[in-house]
Amino acid sequence: MKKLLILGAGTGGTIMANKMRKDLPREEWDITIIDQFKTHYYQPGFLFIPFGYYKEADVIKPKNNFIPVGVNLLYGEIDKIDGKHNKVLLKDGEVMNYDILIIATGTRIAPEETPGLKGELWHKNIFDFYTIEGSKALANFFKTWEGGELVVNIADMPIKCPVAPLEFSFFADAFFLERGMRDKVNITYVTPLSGAFTKPRASKMLGNLLAEKNIKLVTDFFLGEVDNESKKIIDFGGQEIPFDCLVSIPIHTGDPMIERSGLADDLGFVPADKNTLQSNKFKNVFVLGDAGNFPTSKAGSVVHFQADTLHENLMCYIENRPFTSSFDGHSNCYIETGHGKGALIDFNYDTEPLPGSFPFPGLGPFGLLKESRMNHYGKLMFRWIYWHILLKGKEMPIDSQMTMAGKKME
Amino acid sequence: MAQKTYAGVTIDVNDEGYFTDPSQWTKEIAAEIAKEEGVELTDKHFEMLEYLRNKQAAGEQLTIRGINKSGIVDVKTFYQMFPGAPLKKSTKIAGIPKPTSCV
Repeated sequence: MKKLLILGAGTGGTIMANKMRKDLPREEWDITIIDQFKTHYYQPGFLFIPFGYYKEADVIKPKNNFIPVGVNLLYGEIDKIDGKHNKVLLKDGEVMNYDILIIATGTRIAPEETPGLKGELWHKNIFDFYTIEGSKALANFFKTWEGGELVVNIADMPIKCPVAPLEFSFFADAFFLERGMRDKVNITYVTPLSGAFTKPRASKMLGNLLAEKNIKLVTDFFLGEVDNESKKIIDFGGQEIPFDCLVSIPIHTGDPMIERSGLADDLGFVPADKNTLQSNKFKNVFVLGDAGNFPTSKAGSVVHFQADTLHENLMCYIENRPFTSSFDGHSNCYIETGHGKGALIDFNYDTEPLPGSFPFPGLGPFGLLKESRMNHYGKLMFRWIYWHILLKGKEMPIDSQMTMAGKKME
Repeated sequence: MAQKTYAGVTIDVNDEGYFTDPSQWTKEIAAEIAKEEGVELTDKHFEMLEYLRNKQAAGEQLTIRGINKSGIVDVKTFYQMFPGAPLKKSTKIAGIPKPTSCV
């Protein structure tokens, strides 16, 4: 019996378990997926919780709901991967052998790595919204907050879902406006980037939206430390910004197990070929999603598109054929802009977000790089799609490769 | 594509002044770009520039916090060496593309 071992039962691991079980004969291939936690979080939903738009129950389901029959789901903590001997060691002493390994252990926030960030004000005046605990604590804080300096800060790139902090700021503007206290809240968006976003056209469009909503933009700010006493964030160059409420997007790292296994780059991510998704170190190890060092967004849409490539390439690998699929870096993000509207961007390694319509040229229904109500409904619908179609590895009417059809070069 | 002349050599650059071909870089060229950026290059600077060039050539992402793991200087010193926007300045002087902090 051959063994396919998947580390991580998040978005990527779950999709792969579903896709591979359909194609690999049960009498030949054993598939096992390991995760330390039993709850699957719909992470895009965390953004909605601080404003009371979603509750915790809207974003959680048991992981085992999504693992197909014929796949072993094992709960346990991974100690390390021994790539030389095709083994994974668990903390409880169990040893798992594999013929093929998929690393899909994701990324996590590491607030403890910035001095003062996880200090006495953590979850009192300083919050994250990248964990269920952080977004719930912030929801509670906003219920009684009387206003002041609201600072949204990205400590350093890369982060999960790079548009989420912008969406958070847009939501905050709308939320405090609706409560009749926008004049009591100053919103400042502080980023290490040189503009609102990385790619020129999207950066301009989103930068204009920030200005329109009276959100101050501070660029080129790399967070060095947080002073809890005087409530200031300070960058490595000494620049200081005061806050009453700090919404922090802390630095991100890969799972600590990656580093223990000697597979990590400087930031704790696994180096792998950005097109084939094969590990740079071991031929029978493949990397999926946030855990990898791929130069594209760390986002669910990327994982979903990558899964198509990985599925095809794993079959090539198993059948001893050259890889036939090449991942292009495709990412597709709905951006909530507040007041029931949203924007949408679609891009890859080589093509920046462009205006146009999606997925059908000229028809839409979604508009690229512009605000519309339909885009907002797209984001809301997506939660249903995520639970019912995407995780189960079913076909979606969107190509995993980015297409230029419907996009306009200006 | 734009071009610029440093130390008597014509270099291909993008519209922000970053090299499009890192192999055109020499230490003499680096010294001239540094002068434009208001930086006086020491041995430590050159050590850092080599580090950045090697990282870039290996296809690795360049980040501010990655500097702490360079074993050459810490981030604070890096800021003092290339005042203002250190990663942008240092990569320009190192003759490599501006880090994209990819989306």
